[in-house]
Amino acid sequence: MQYLLKNGRLIDPLTGRDEETDIHIVDGKIGRIAKNLNVPSAQVIELKGKIVAPGFIDLHVHLREPGFEYKETILTGCTAAAAGGFTAVCCMPNTNPPIDDESVVRLIKERARIAMNGLVDVYPVAAVTKGRKGEHLAPLSELAAAGAVAFSDDGDPVHDAEIMRRALEYASMFNRPVIQHAQDIPMTKGGAMNEGFTATRLGIPGMPPVAEDAVLARDIQITKYTGARYHLAHMSTAGATAMVRAAKAEGLHVTCEVTPHHFSLTDEAVSDFDTNTKMNPPLRTREDVDALKKGLKDGTIDVIATDHAPHSFDEKQVEYQSAPFGIVGLETALGLVVTELVNSGVLTLSQMIEKMSTNPRRIVNLPEIRIAEGEQANLTIFDPAAEWIVDVQAFKSKSKNSPFGGRKLTGKPVGVINNGEAYWI
Amino acid sequence: MPLKSKHLLGLDGMSREDITLILDTAVSFREVLERPIKKVPPLQGKTVANMFFENSTRTRLSFELAERRLSADVLAFQATGSSVSKGETLKDTARNIEAMKVDMVVMRHSAAGAPHYLVRVIDANVINAGDGGHEHPTQALLDMYTIREKLGRLEGLHVCIVGDIAHSRVARSNIYGLRTMGARVSVCGPATMIPRDIERLGVDVYHHIDDVLPTVDALNVLRIQMERDAGRLFPTLREYHNFYGVTRQRLEKAGRAITILHPGPINRDVEISADVADSEHSVILQQVLNGVAVRMAVLYLLSSRN
Repeated sequence: MQYLLKNGRLIDPLTGRDEETDIHIVDGKIGRIAKNLNVPSAQVIELKGKIVAPGFIDLHVHLREPGFEYKETILTGCTAAAAGGFTAVCCMPNTNPPIDDESVVRLIKERARIAMNGLVDVYPVAAVTKGRKGEHLAPLSELAAAGAVAFSDDGDPVHDAEIMRRALEYASMFNRPVIQHAQDIPMTKGGAMNEGFTATRLGIPGMPPVAEDAVLARDIQITKYTGARYHLAHMSTAGATAMVRAAKAEGLHVTCEVTPHHFSLTDEAVSDFDTNTKMNPPLRTREDVDALKKGLKDGTIDVIATDHAPHSFDEKQVEYQSAPFGIVGLETALGLVVTELVNSGVLTLSQMIEKMSTNPRRIVNLPEIRIAEGEQANLTIFDPAAEWIVDVQAFKSKSKNSPFGGRKLTGKPVGVINNGEAYWI
Repeated sequence: MPLKSKHLLGLDGMSREDITLILDTAVSFREVLERPIKKVPPLQGKTVANMFFENSTRTRLSFELAERRLSADVLAFQATGSSVSKGETLKDTARNIEAMKVDMVVMRHSAAGAPHYLVRVIDANVINAGDGGHEHPTQALLDMYTIREKLGRLEGLHVCIVGDIAHSRVARSNIYGLRTMGARVSVCGPATMIPRDIERLGVDVYHHIDDVLPTVDALNVLRIQMERDAGRLFPTLREYHNFYGVTRQRLEKAGRAITILHPGPINRDVEISADVADSEHSVILQQVLNGVAVRMAVLYLLSSRN
């Protein structure tokens, strides 16, 4: 298959390239890049006003397979990723069985290769501890050898400081980061939303922001002591943003990500007890949202990742406190980033692409994507001006648990190209 | 004039007119309760389901009595534990009960917002009989009724709520209702029992009860959950009693007549001393009687909207 991408705006933060041009793609590789190309044998895709960027990767996705296929499968998750403009995802290990054994890494990679003919690259994040129980280290070397790109007990924190120290030391031997879900467990026991005025008003047990900050503060000290690489998942507080900023200034290998919902919504969204506003960490306050945006702007926050957490319709059709944590995010991420960050001047399009492609790939040691003649075509194409209304029923994800249904967004994926396959939206 | 809402989920956002309508209507039903024949016909032919997912004795009995006094048919449903641990969801339980052609549902549930969820899945009128730490509107209405009966008004009074404010639905509903009715509201308790940012609800916070008593007109004393909280939210019951217990000595020192309320059941000599509970300033038993009248008013007003 040949494509001729006409008149798109190519933005490649790695080379600093930002220009309107044509791109010829042959058998999954980039042929020529030049203005006014004419290739009669190629399918022409008119992209005037659209952005052609290196393929986006979502560093934080729950694909749910194996074990929870009623919520999502590798196939439906990959389809949702493609529909959301991603050519790669990192999948979290809280499956059943968890990704704490190389056989599970291999199983996921094998199934991902078949799903959509390998259009979406799936990079497993393996567990830090056996069974994600926080007690004994998982076989990190074997997991890395099988293809795990990072380690995390996500969904739960690595709560024990000694285990965290040893995990960081061990993972540093093969240069993999430990991704932490920072949450102090006793401080958040029974909690269902951010502790603060809204929780006080609604009488919902709270999860204080300091429960995230306290674990991060400890972890930064351990990271400093071990010299290892530490990545904070779904950072949600102003306090954590300040600490990561300081850790970076000190030269530590600390990176972090933020989810679209944490910079788009505050805990006031919980007011009508919609269980699709329940996630962990919870939606925080306006002050936290402002701090996150500042952190995105000044580079403290490296990555935008969704924490795509599918749950079935019935699982969320319960009282707020009984509902599971998590919302889907793959298919609304791009629109939320453009609407909330690019159009309000927090990020340039180039910075957006860095945080959704370049930076996350660097954190998990993936090769750089080069948009140059002769390179593999790994591209995300999107329309930064398209306006659309979120319809959760149209999601490719098996689950529809999103608080953004009905919301008007600007910015929509047009298509993705990777591994010789293309998906047009 | 009907109530604005089809349900009574809480006092947060309820207008002064609606609160006043309920309290005024309760006056007539209070009079009914003094008659030799205490039954009136407004809910004849109506069926009310009492769904109690959490243990309750007095609220359940009070509602049941109110419903029977109004001639309703009463369906009692009791289940302990959350809907999820029971296996059947709240949605399925409620729909099953509604399928039996129930007109009104009175629900007590351990989760905040459970009745707000319920109204999305069933058509019957829903009355919140307590949802987690969120609201207990009929309790606050009967508290306000009792204060108004005793002191003649609510506007301009200073009402202080003492105890575990953080986990109390009674406190929240009282704050919303009393503030709407023009009272000054303060809360008093150890820092561990005062929820974050509660000042933003327009209340004053005190940690030392002797500081607030000299200006208080009515004191609403909350029950201490002894089993649950000792050692966690406060060190010992003795210490709690010494620092927050409402005693005659404390009240005398304050030098004014303070009306004493308690939602019950009381722990004698923990949050309130026995002599205060039994004193002439205590309206604890009037609260119980008024509770029936207030619940009759709520049932009647919601039912007559249909």
